[in-house]
Amino acid sequence: MSEAAATPREPDEVGVPNPFNYMHPVLKDNFGNWDWHDRPRPGVLHHVSKDGAEVWTVRAGTQRQMDVYTIRTLCDIGDKFAEGHVRFTTRSNIEYMVSKADMVDPLIEALEAEGYPIGGTGNSISMISHTQGWLHCDIPGTDASGVVKGLMDMVHDEFVREEMPNRVRITTSCCQINCGGQGDIAINVQYTKPPKINHDLVAATCERPSVVARCPVAAIRPAMVNGKPSLEVDEKKCICCGACYPPCPPMQINGEESTKLAIWVGGKHSNARSKPTFHKLVVANLPNNAPHWPEVNEIVKKILVCYKENAKDFERMGEWIERIGWPRFFEMTELAFTHHHLDTWTGARKTMNMSAHIHF
Amino acid sequence: MANNSHHETPNLDQLEDGPWPSFVTGLKRLRDTKGAQYAPMMNDLLGQLEHSYQKRMGFWKGGTVSVFGYGGGIIPRFSEVAKDYPASKEFHTLRIMPPAGNHYTTDVLREMCDIWEEHGSGLIAFHGQSGDIMFQGCTTENTQKAFDALNKIGFDLGGAGPALRTAMSCVGHARCEMSCYDEQKAHRAIIDEYLDEMHRPALPYKFKFKFSGCPNDCVNAIHRADFALIGTWRDDMKVDQEEVKKYVAEVGRKYTIDSVISMCPTRALSLNDDDTIDVDNKSCVRCMHCLNVMNKALSPGDDKGASILMGGKRSLKVGDLMGTVIKPFIKLDTDEDYEELVEFAGECIDFFAENALEHERIGETIDRVGLPSFLEAMEVDPDPNMVNHPRTSSYVRTDDFTDEADKYFERKAREAGLTVAAE
Repeated sequence: MSEAAATPREPDEVGVPNPFNYMHPVLKDNFGNWDWHDRPRPGVLHHVSKDGAEVWTVRAGTQRQMDVYTIRTLCDIGDKFAEGHVRFTTRSNIEYMVSKADMVDPLIEALEAEGYPIGGTGNSISMISHTQGWLHCDIPGTDASGVVKGLMDMVHDEFVREEMPNRVRITTSCCQINCGGQGDIAINVQYTKPPKINHDLVAATCERPSVVARCPVAAIRPAMVNGKPSLEVDEKKCICCGACYPPCPPMQINGEESTKLAIWVGGKHSNARSKPTFHKLVVANLPNNAPHWPEVNEIVKKILVCYKENAKDFERMGEWIERIGWPRFFEMTELAFTHHHLDTWTGARKTMNMSAHIHF
Repeated sequence: MANNSHHETPNLDQLEDGPWPSFVTGLKRLRDTKGAQYAPMMNDLLGQLEHSYQKRMGFWKGGTVSVFGYGGGIIPRFSEVAKDYPASKEFHTLRIMPPAGNHYTTDVLREMCDIWEEHGSGLIAFHGQSGDIMFQGCTTENTQKAFDALNKIGFDLGGAGPALRTAMSCVGHARCEMSCYDEQKAHRAIIDEYLDEMHRPALPYKFKFKFSGCPNDCVNAIHRADFALIGTWRDDMKVDQEEVKKYVAEVGRKYTIDSVISMCPTRALSLNDDDTIDVDNKSCVRCMHCLNVMNKALSPGDDKGASILMGGKRSLKVGDLMGTVIKPFIKLDTDEDYEELVEFAGECIDFFAENALEHERIGETIDRVGLPSFLEAMEVDPDPNMVNHPRTSSYVRTDDFTDEADKYFERKAREAGLTVAAE
């Protein structure tokens, strides 16, 4: 072995890269000095600084998980039709900044010609914030990019328009940890059966006390099974959350049939009008029929249609439901309200109707 | 024929139609790149992914892979079905921190592509939910090489495991009129100062910072960050009455009332008979709705800064928590202001390191010890902006209430510039 190979390279702990090395010059020159913006058309932002400088941003949807060919194509477009500077939004849309209004149309044309939808601004349905799923996660109940691709095909028309009452943020998550986060609509894995334990592997694979400690309902206890130290689950207590699975892979929570999907609505990050909210359960036990999740998509579509037709301008999904009331929401969407919708977790009482305010 | 060795992918093939860009088409392009070192890996990756679609199960397991000098930042993935898909048996991810605000030149993106073609799978995600660039698909052997190459062009590993995590900041100052502080400066100052906690994981669990320049909170900080810095302002919002009149003339009075005035959560807006507006700034909570809608007419005030909220997280294990207000307002004008912020962030990380139980997020720790104990440790005074309403439970011992009230009045007097008797 050569000396160079034997001596590892010391990392250069540079930390967070300086954005000014990559930022569009108009953004750099007007840093902290912007005055207002408007949207000349869906997918395009026009910002004006206090000194009158202008910049146009064209936003396009991407698949997030990008091959180098895709990235190079997006770079070619950025070099030829924009000014070589891009950024990505929180929801994986790519943004091209240009300093001249007449660059916008050719840029849009070039992006559309390569199959990148222009939109995701204003009152549209933006790209779905999602997780890794079967492609890369070690505990996934379903896929992420695949099913999201199917969903985005379905809502494509609402990505390229700004015709929803307010912005719609959709998320998906492939386990109940919910890395996809809160959303106006969240489609999340919901396990339905307790873990299936491979007792031969527990002792060697899992740090048993920390697995016991991980359970939210204290349903796991150490046990000797077939003469081996293992863990057992009190299945009457178990809420099938899957919290034990990541620290103890032999406690398999997923099953071909038992891993189901649930749809939640009314989560909101922004502080605009109402305070931020968590999403709430609407329907559970939907089959995990990837790649297209037809049963899920049908309900998502129904909820979106009801929201679009009935919400007032600027009401987010949760605010709209707050106004019309949950009874009307369940009627309108033709979904069932069951005892599973009644929260039973810590603080549940605060989610109940402590008033005589009744919707008829 | 190379084609004959391709795994059949009937489920994935269905994800190539439709108007949205397809990542499957991208994976296939990589698989079909003649002579590329990653082509066999991507063929087997497609095979394993298709296998997951058919079995409705995942087949990756974790492990331990790291690069020299660092304890975290690599997400190791070993295939459980490597027998059938040997070329993708190791498919690790490098989490790499993006420039604050996610700005790139096409040049640097091309450099990243070249590096990842040489050492990795050719698949990159912009970005993961933590905010990292995810270089997905690397063998154990190539992980160090890929990191070295990325590090040489100025990029560093992000966080994973029980550690300080990669942060996110909104576009903010770079291109947004709502931005109330320099998000990128705060972001870089905090993360760079405590980089050791990111690269050598030693915390009880993860700790995340997120930076939003205004209460629209475009990086979802209140829900998702242990420490959320949300820009805001203390003085009156700015009103350009001529622009207000133009807005009303354009959309009509009824629409202005229905969509702006009545939607104010604290009834702080009023439309005058001459189509100008009155703002009750003492009642306004800076929710941003009217500024968002009447963008040209209304703007944040001049006395800008930020609120600090702490404790946001998702389900595990006590259920979802949102961040709650810890500091209603801090100034972020001078370098000293930013230094104070960095110092406070460090105190919070220290408190977390010393007091949190294993696998506990700081929101849970604060709930467990009680907010008063946390505030005392942080030397932060209680403030009515921290609560929706004061306590409703009488189960509290209040024999030092009068002393505490005296402290409050002293503090208020000092803030008002009065001399306090004891001094």
